[in-house]
Order: sequence, then structure tokens, then C-alpha cells
Amino acid sequence: MVTKTRANSLEVDKANYETLVQQVKPKPKVLRNSVLAFLMGGAICALGQICISFFKAQGLATQDAVLATSMVLVFLAALLTGLGIYNEMAKYAGAGMIVPITGFANSMVAPAMEFRSEGMVFGVGARLFMIAGPVLVFGIVAAWLAGLITYLCTLG
Amino acid sequence: MILKAFLVGGAICLIGQLLMDLTSHKITPGHILVGFVTAGVVVSALGLYQPLVDFAGAGATVPLTGFGHLLAQGAIKEAGQSGFLGIFKGPLSAAAGGITAAIVFGYLAALVFRPKG
Amino acid sequence: MAFQQAPVILSHASIVGPKEGEGPLGDVFDKVLEDMYYEESTWEKAEQKIFLETMKLALAKAQLTTDDMDYLLAGDLTNQIITANFTARSLAIPFIGLYGACSTMYESLALGSMLIDGGYAKYVLVGASSHFATAERQFRFPTEQGVQRAMSAQRTVTGAGAIVLGAQGEGPRITHATIGKVIDFGQGDASDMGSAMAPAAADTFLRHLQDRKISPDFYSIIATGDLGKYGRQLVVKLCEQQEVFLTQSYTDCGILIFDESQDTHAGGSGCGCSAVVTCGHLLREMEQGRLTRILGIGTGALLSPCSSQQGETIPGIAHAVAIEASGGGR
Repeated sequence: MVTKTRANSLEVDKANYETLVQQVKPKPKVLRNSVLAFLMGGAICALGQICISFFKAQGLATQDAVLATSMVLVFLAALLTGLGIYNEMAKYAGAGMIVPITGFANSMVAPAMEFRSEGMVFGVGARLFMIAGPVLVFGIVAAWLAGLITYLCTLG
Repeated sequence: MILKAFLVGGAICLIGQLLMDLTSHKITPGHILVGFVTAGVVVSALGLYQPLVDFAGAGATVPLTGFGHLLAQGAIKEAGQSGFLGIFKGPLSAAAGGITAAIVFGYLAALVFRPKG
Repeated sequence: MAFQQAPVILSHASIVGPKEGEGPLGDVFDKVLEDMYYEESTWEKAEQKIFLETMKLALAKAQLTTDDMDYLLAGDLTNQIITANFTARSLAIPFIGLYGACSTMYESLALGSMLIDGGYAKYVLVGASSHFATAERQFRFPTEQGVQRAMSAQRTVTGAGAIVLGAQGEGPRITHATIGKVIDFGQGDASDMGSAMAPAAADTFLRHLQDRKISPDFYSIIATGDLGKYGRQLVVKLCEQQEVFLTQSYTDCGILIFDESQDTHAGGSGCGCSAVVTCGHLLREMEQGRLTRILGIGTGALLSPCSSQQGETIPGIAHAVAIEASGGGR
């Protein structure tokens, strides 16, 4: 019943195909992406610096001014994400909008919004940490290790 | 200072962009975020990040490496002040403000807005 | 396989989302939505509503009702194909749920034709759907997350296509079908599905030609499902290596549906892509006499978020269905 057709089927091996794919596959526009990432990342940091100077002028200590700045940036990022603007900008600026603290905020808001339809607890609550969770886990464990080493050094 | 923040902050983001573009497709933004925080912790623990913060201000504190720096310095400082328990208290207490802000604003944004697609 | 009683395409319907409506094929679809939610509270519900309406529209065009249908064959991309299942809940037609990733439209066409040709059914309703947002959040990133999409990435088409197949009647006929094998050439990049699926498409295509002992120019158009710009080039190259040369008559539904300026990179993808292009564009062209013989090759990338996170490569599948205009020789 079943007709077998062996000949003339694809005889390309995987390595051969890989080279074929590499020939065809478009390369990311590294130069354009890099310039945009640099400009946008730099702009966000410059905005941060303006905020820090402003808060300092209001009489906050340096550390508190830095914290307040982070809060402002996080708020702005959450707002822009909610309005659907953040992803449109990140499409062009790439890492320029992922690496600053605003990218961290975006990575919390975006999945939380998206999965809100799955309820408040497991939708919003759990998904807030979809990416922030791993960030905190690795950051805290690494910092803990740094602290441990410092502690052991003080003992010695 | 603003110019310095612009240049240093831009350069850190540039590194992130090159990591995404020039490495395999397996590097997602999530990996970049985790990698930068961890890198910030390491560089900070080696005592190299504070000079950058002094030099560039927000150019060093706004990128996520600055968040790693905050965590690491919290741990190291508390380890010196309150010993072994300090290692556990330090990281989060230093970053408490930023984390709480991100959670609260994130939660509120998710309540108010609906994704556009 | 060749069908003895070549089943007839009695009617076809398609509904698409706003972005697809702005594309070059914009006006061939039966309905273009203004909003991705389609007045529903979630995207999943919106997709179900689109699918259900498309099905009903196809029935209405054929002047048949759900009671006339012997089987409903349908599938989509959501987990456990809830869109098709929930749509079937409202239709009350004996239902066979299918999953062939983005190849589902052609999988359902091939199976529906077999049911009819085998004498097991008089009328069969087939269809497939996909929705940009339900696919995106399941397979990739939340839609509002700031990510830069790779140049090889495609955009999942929002839309559904449905076809009523009958044993007798007027309309284009399905003459042959070639069921594909699952083929994996070791591509693992989830943002480059075209490369993962191209070998499967080329394999099915070459086997089809061999089975029928014909050359590519037998067809007025050959359309793969959703390989996109780069996947299409790969198929051309793979076929060249087997000394089968494809010309301009070979295209891809993913390329047809969007325009370069729409920022969709390599083109469209998803079940809906081949479904709406086939139902909206290809069959309409055939009815208006511009195409006499169509070979559609639905292509699917058989990955899940789980398999790609575990570092598995992406296997591909492709099913080919040959459609001939009713006047153009049996």
C-alpha cells in the first residue's frame, strides 16, 4: 500500500546544511544596533545623572539621591511599558534599554501584564518575577559569596 | 558629570548589545540582565566598581551592574560590621529601596494597563 | 497519494487581524479585525471568536449547516490546542483535533480529503488558526517586553482560515496529497524557524514531484506555508542540489502576507499564515481563473517552549496538497 521512495530524497548532511543556513541567514546590523544602544543607554544614564543632581540639590545624601533616582527611572519604565511604548523603543535601542535599571523594571511589568488573565496570584504575582527572580537569585547569591569571603578574610 | 554619565553608561550598554549580537541566539535579554548583575557583583567585590561610580555617577549606578554593586557592597559592609549574620542581611537591605519600588510600580502597572500586543 | 474522487472545495473563508489587513493581501480576506482583542477580555478568547466566525462563514458560503458536516478537523498553536477544542465545543460537529504546528491547515486538508475519498464522509469542515499574541507569549516573550527581534524572526499571523470539503459539487478539487516526514537538520534557533523547516519542505516537495513524476513547472504556483524570506531561499538551494530548479512560481505564504515595510523581518508564520493566504488569496485567484494548479506545502516547526529551553533542536514537518481548478482537467 505504501509506496517507498528512497532515491532523490535529501542527501545533504547536517554540517553541509549548517553552512547553507549561514550563507542565507541575515546578520544582525551590529554597527547600527551598537550606535543606538550606546546613545540610548547613555541618554538614560544622563537622565539619571540629572535626577541625582536634582535630588542632591534638594538636600538628599548621595546614597539616597541614587536610590530616589532609581525609583524615578523604575516608575518611568513601568509607565512606558504599560503604555506599550517601551517595547517599541527597545526594538531599536536593544541593550540600551535592557541593561539600565529601566530594563529590569520592564522585565517585571511586561510578563505581569501579559499573564494578568491568569489571575492575580499566579498571573500577576508569580510572573512579576519571571526574569527578576533569576536576576535576584544570582545577584544575591553572588553578593552573599562576596560577603562570605570578606568575612573569612576578617577572621584570618 | 552628565557627559561622563552618558559616555560610561552608553559604553556599558554597548557591551550588552555586542554580547547579544555577536554570540549565539541562546543569549536572551534575561541572560543579559542576570549576567550584568552578577558581573557587577564580581567587579564590585574586587573593589573596581566604586572608582567607576565616583567617576561617572549615574553612568555606573543606573546600569544593572550598579545594582550588583549595591548588593555586593551591602554584603561586604555588613560582613565587616555585624559579622556572619551580616552576610545574610547585607545584600537585600542595601537594595531594599530599589527592589520594593520595582515590585510596587510593577504590580500597579500590571493592574492598570492591558498589553497592546 | 492520489485521490480517486478528488474532493471538492465547496467554500473557503478567512478572517485576519489588523496588521495582516494592512499588508499587501489586505482586501482579499473576508474580514479584517480592527483590534487584536476583538472585543474579548483575553487574546485566547479573541482567537476562539475569530476561529468560530471563520468556520461559520465558510459554512454559510457553502449554504450548509453544522448538521451537514460529518467531521470537523482543526488545530492551532496554543497549548493543548484549546482554540480548536473550544471552537468545536460551540459547533457540535464530530471533531478530530490536530496538531501539526504551522502545517495544521494542510494537515487538515489532506486528512479531510482522505476521509471523503475513502467514503467515510460527505462533508468535512477543516481549518486552522493562530494569533500573534497567544503564540508570542507562549513561545517567546511577553508582548510588552523590550526585546530586539532577530532579522530572521517572523511574525505570527493573527487569523484563521476554514474550508468546507465535499464529495461532490462545484469548485476547485484536491487531487493529490503528500504527507511529510519529521525532519531535523539540527537547527536550534527558535528565532529562525524558516531554516528549521526548510529541509522538511524540500523533502516533501521532492517526494511529491517524484510520486507524480512531474516537474515544478506543472504547477502555476507552489507555495510553502511559513518559511519566510530566508527559508524560501534555503528550499531553493536544497532543491538545486537535487537538480530540481524552482522559479518565480515558487513563493511562500509568509512572504506574501506582509510587506517589507511592516517591520516583520522575514515574514509571517503560524497556522493562520498558510490558512489565510490559501483561503483568502490562492483559492480566490484560482476561482478568478488566474491559477489552474496550486501546490500548497504547509510547514510546521515542531518545537515547544520546553524543548527549546532544554536545548533540543527543532524538527520540521511539511504536508503538500495539490489543488486543481475545476475546469482545468481532472
